[in-house]
Amino acid sequence: MKKISLIPVLLVGALLVYAAQDFPEWGSPNSPASQSPVSSHFIANTGVDTEVPNMVTAVLADYRGFDTMFETVVVFIAGMAVLAILKNSSKKKAGSKEFEVDVEPDLIVTNTVRLLIPVIQIFAFYVLAHGHVSPGGGFQGGVVMGASFILIALSWDLDTALARFPADRCTLVAGLGIVLYAGIGLLSMFLGGEFLDYAELAQIFPVSREMARYHAMLGVEIGVGLTVTAIMFSLYANLSTEGRLKGGL
Amino acid sequence: MGLELFNTFILLLLVVAAIVALRVKDLLTASVVFGVYSFLMCLLWAEMGAVDVAFTEATVGAGISTVVMIATIFNLKRKSSD
Repeated sequence: MKKISLIPVLLVGALLVYAAQDFPEWGSPNSPASQSPVSSHFIANTGVDTEVPNMVTAVLADYRGFDTMFETVVVFIAGMAVLAILKNSSKKKAGSKEFEVDVEPDLIVTNTVRLLIPVIQIFAFYVLAHGHVSPGGGFQGGVVMGASFILIALSWDLDTALARFPADRCTLVAGLGIVLYAGIGLLSMFLGGEFLDYAELAQIFPVSREMARYHAMLGVEIGVGLTVTAIMFSLYANLSTEGRLKGGL
Repeated sequence: MGLELFNTFILLLLVVAAIVALRVKDLLTASVVFGVYSFLMCLLWAEMGAVDVAFTEATVGAGISTVVMIATIFNLKRKSSD
């Protein structure tokens, strides 16, 4: 059976390699992506419209803000689904496999982590706040922030990490992030623009229309960062303990 | 020429990592090799100039998802059945 299944795999592989020869040269100005009016419009107008040097962030958080908002909602729903499934299955077999952590946290590991955590968290804030100018943004900053809490759970134990970021607060912060994102969108709607049309925020804040878009992008990135931080940590906490939130690795 | 060689090397390693991740029986080894795969993709994207994507791949692909997979594997049987 394995021999027979190798034949279609090789055929499809050969077909893919054959089709890949039709790809444009890497970085070629004649490729369809570079020729389309969309990308040249963004390259010409992003700096004028929003004063954001990093075009990737401007496209993600402003021009395609609706898309990014629902990407954040997808992250939120994924976290909630894991929570819901594991909460039910852990209730059913409660006490069946309770293993206690009997190892003391290692002195060298905990002290190294003690030095690392502040640096990691400051870097997470930098990535989040500097996403307009350099690579980065809400998703990356949120993941780095969530990783710092996972590092606490790995080097001490889960209880130490949960004392700093309780599980029910994870859910609250995750929801709050989306509310912040959608709230900025709704606010610009109430001010007479379209949903997520940040330029209208210039009516209530003392900035130009371009800088209103610049700063609103930071606002929605903070929303994304909050959701991603909370969901990443809650994913780890639930998956490593099958939803019991006790013991763990 | 140097860049071409670097790309070819990374792509070859990528294929090797993909095959190893599928072939090994131990799930812990497989998830660590997945982390290696993600990091090679990250290098490739950084070299192509898509630094934002590379950054996301490094944090999410090589970082968090490896940790989450390992955390899950500790609650499972370690061996894959086929």
